[in-house]
Amino acid sequence: MGLLEVKDVGKRFGGLQALSNVNLSVQENTVHAIIGPNGAGKSTLLNCLIGKLIPDTGSVTFQGQSVLGKKPHEINQLGISRIFQTPEIFGDLTVLENVLIPCFAKRDGSFRLHAFETVEAEKDLNEKALAMLEDVNMQDKLHMQASSLSRGDKRRLEMAMSLVQDPKLLLLDEPTAGMARADTNSTIDLLKEIKEKRDITMAIIEHDMHVVFSLAERITVLAQGTPLVEDTPDNIRDHPKVREAYLGETQQT
Amino acid sequence: MDVILLQILNGLDKGSAYALIALGLTLIFGTLGVVNFAHGALFMIGAFCSVTVQRILSLSFETIDPTKVDFLGNPATVKTPYVMEWFGESTGASIIDWSVPLAILFSIPIMITVGFIMERGLIKHFYKRPHADQILVTFGLAIVLQEVIKAFYGANPIPTPAPAAFTGSFDFGLLLGFAENTIIYPYWRMVYFAFSLVVIGGVFSFLQFTTFGMVVRAGMADRETVGLLGIDIDKRFTFMFGLAAAVAGVAGVMYAPINSPNYHMGMDFLVLSFVVVVVGGMGSLPGAVLAGFMLGILESFASMNMIKNIIPGIDQIIIYLVAILILLTRPRGLMGRKGVMEE
Amino acid sequence: MLGLNQRDTKFLIIVIALTVFTPILLQPFPTDSGLAQFNAGYPDLMQRFAIFGIFAIGFNILFGLTGYLSFGHAAFLGVGSYSTVWMFKLLNYNVLPGLVLAIIVSGLFALLIGFVSLRRSGIYFSILTLAFAQMSFNLAYSVLTPITNGETGLQVYNDDPQILMGENGITTTHFFGFKMNSSWIMDLGPWQFTFNFGYYFCAVIAILAFYLSLRIFRSPFGLMLRAVKSNQQRMNYTGVSSRPYTLAAFVISGMYAGLAGGLLASMDPLAGAERMQWTASGEVVLMTILGGAGTMMGPVLGAGFIKYFENIFSKINDQVLHGWFAFLPDGLENALVWLLHPFVGKGWHLTLGLLFMLVVVFLPGGLVELGQRIRNMFRKKPDANDDSNHKPQQSPHVAE
Repeated sequence: MGLLEVKDVGKRFGGLQALSNVNLSVQENTVHAIIGPNGAGKSTLLNCLIGKLIPDTGSVTFQGQSVLGKKPHEINQLGISRIFQTPEIFGDLTVLENVLIPCFAKRDGSFRLHAFETVEAEKDLNEKALAMLEDVNMQDKLHMQASSLSRGDKRRLEMAMSLVQDPKLLLLDEPTAGMARADTNSTIDLLKEIKEKRDITMAIIEHDMHVVFSLAERITVLAQGTPLVEDTPDNIRDHPKVREAYLGETQQT
Repeated sequence: MDVILLQILNGLDKGSAYALIALGLTLIFGTLGVVNFAHGALFMIGAFCSVTVQRILSLSFETIDPTKVDFLGNPATVKTPYVMEWFGESTGASIIDWSVPLAILFSIPIMITVGFIMERGLIKHFYKRPHADQILVTFGLAIVLQEVIKAFYGANPIPTPAPAAFTGSFDFGLLLGFAENTIIYPYWRMVYFAFSLVVIGGVFSFLQFTTFGMVVRAGMADRETVGLLGIDIDKRFTFMFGLAAAVAGVAGVMYAPINSPNYHMGMDFLVLSFVVVVVGGMGSLPGAVLAGFMLGILESFASMNMIKNIIPGIDQIIIYLVAILILLTRPRGLMGRKGVMEE
Repeated sequence: MLGLNQRDTKFLIIVIALTVFTPILLQPFPTDSGLAQFNAGYPDLMQRFAIFGIFAIGFNILFGLTGYLSFGHAAFLGVGSYSTVWMFKLLNYNVLPGLVLAIIVSGLFALLIGFVSLRRSGIYFSILTLAFAQMSFNLAYSVLTPITNGETGLQVYNDDPQILMGENGITTTHFFGFKMNSSWIMDLGPWQFTFNFGYYFCAVIAILAFYLSLRIFRSPFGLMLRAVKSNQQRMNYTGVSSRPYTLAAFVISGMYAGLAGGLLASMDPLAGAERMQWTASGEVVLMTILGGAGTMMGPVLGAGFIKYFENIFSKINDQVLHGWFAFLPDGLENALVWLLHPFVGKGWHLTLGLLFMLVVVFLPGGLVELGQRIRNMFRKKPDANDDSNHKPQQSPHVAE
């Protein structure tokens, strides 16, 4: 039984069958990539995983609990944390505050009227946030406004915001989309580093093969809304069906 | 039946004003993406164009008429408006009489200028700032404009009569076979309604049938792409601001006989017009017009005694109530495009 | 101290000191001098400073922290006033029950309006709150007349029950026997200072309100509210449900407004519907922005500034202007008076509108930002280290 189980998921938009019979199982402590050419249904699948879309058929369960129709904050509270295409941070707040917010969310749940303590007085959480920022090498930027960080630092900060919650599953949505090669490589390094330091399960939805093969331990190839094959990277690389799906795409472009 | 007809007619003139103001608001929001809280002030300036023209045309010189004496026995002074002197007594008198319609000609260049100055001088710098900032700065501008008008024209409403030919009422009841005096409707309000239809029609056909309008509509749908085509969309948008100002202005000019202009009439209409825009759908021109007439008529129905007896106070809140219901159930409004400012 | 760090404690002490000495600070000119008309140290005005300060502090908790721009906050002010006057009518002139009721009722009212309005954000939120406030205003004028006394306004009549009044009860508003209108006047040479109980009553509450909002700004709750303003979507993906946070902020700021409304009625036992009109809501927006939204001191400064303008600037008429420029040649004097005339006296709104626009365009941080800029200018000069004669108001804390 995997951490995240996708069973028989299908989704239709008008005349378009975006997903059909998607079965997927993300095992604990593995990095699982979902790849596929453009229009294969990657973002539709992602939106089903995060509760934004409700599939017509099938189920999505996380640790045996259905995530369908759950609100974003409920899904996070289950232990699924998201990394976005472009770094999503609180630009008006300081770096430290950015990391403190997920700490509070983790400890206090989705709402608590803690209006009479001061932020500074929360020693444990401050220490936790500091340690996390040291982990990603940002300890000297604690009081900088987050919007003034470089793009790379924003990505590190976002990563810190996710990791500080000790998520059971880290869901990455095309983390390198639109990045220059150098930025992509540094993101890969960052993710590798994270993987080495802690036991974490990651699901990566990605278009870029280079990223996928540098990180993933298992790969599911999605084509025309349905999983083509699921295997280890080495086997995927030489798989005829995959070549066909991707070569077909390259010929078109 | 006659009661219902009467209420529909009663709702039309207010509905026309709402529709015209909301049309301008929507043009500005749709093209420039700016929430203009000073739009009511443009309507008010239009109304004061009427007042001004009437005053200018009535400018008089004084002569002493030896044939008449006043009640103290002194020779009486007689005021003769210049227009009467120049064009003869009867032509002059009718020019003064027709000052409100004439004010339209006068107001259009003025309103376009005001619109240009507003857009180039102020609003332009707020395209990229948050909506809250736009609301705030135009709110400040509205205060300034209404205070300027107050400084010049005083705080009291200034009666501005319509041409004498339109002062009576028309008996619709008789025309439709009801008893006499069941549905009477002032001529000027009919004129106002017809006028608003003409203006609305004009704006729509301008946007529909001219290249300029086509570019603007394309810009409303996707500004960036149009910009990439090498079309200077900004200049056209400036012109749209002038046009929207002119529409609000002429709406105000013609409204002056219905409601004596006062300096805060803009604010009074603004709040309702915003509600109209939201109900119609932010950025939807047909929506603005439809919602304007609909809410005007709804308001007039709600003020019927029959309905007020069932739900007391409904006439005071009906528009807001409708707006709240619509915003909560259908955030993009009646005819708004999907995804445009829904959150 | 009091759960504040050193800097905030110092800040609070300065605010308390300023409030305590307001009757003296606002009365800098001798009564017989030509500038006496700029003195603002009379009870009615000082009470308004404190009351509208509370209103603006509350508004700032919503707008300054979460960025939700409400255009209907005057509704809560009105509800607070009505509640308090009703307590005067039913019990007696002691203000305490009235103020408690004002806070409770406006809180409930804010809960209702906020619950509906906060389902939308941005301009839609502004228009929803505007619509609710206009609805309340229209209803108060029409069908709710039995509760609000319509156009006349709610006031206390001789035949009201006033069950706690007793035989020789006090017939003006009071706090356990201390009358709001009682003043102690101190003559010091040509200066005259008025120490009014009503002002000090409002001032103590205002300081409490300020202290509470300081705590909220520094709390995790305040941090969450600022995060809502910064990136609401990210907030939700971080596991936080933003709606209850914004609703709590809305209710708290509604209660502040209700308290301010109750205090208005406590100083003068009257409540009229015009207090709920949207222009009144606009006023608190002006105050907050003018002073500096999102800062601690800004709204208070803004409230003081506007109320000062309203009461003092509006009194400058042509005669006064002629007096000022009498030393100039006649022609120049008349020209100057003519030029300034539209901006003073009854035209003070014009000046206010222009100032407001200037602030929105050039000084998004309001007067507080202006103060900081001036301070920074002085700091850059090497020989101006010691600017101790700087007004303490101009060294405010921005909520970092």
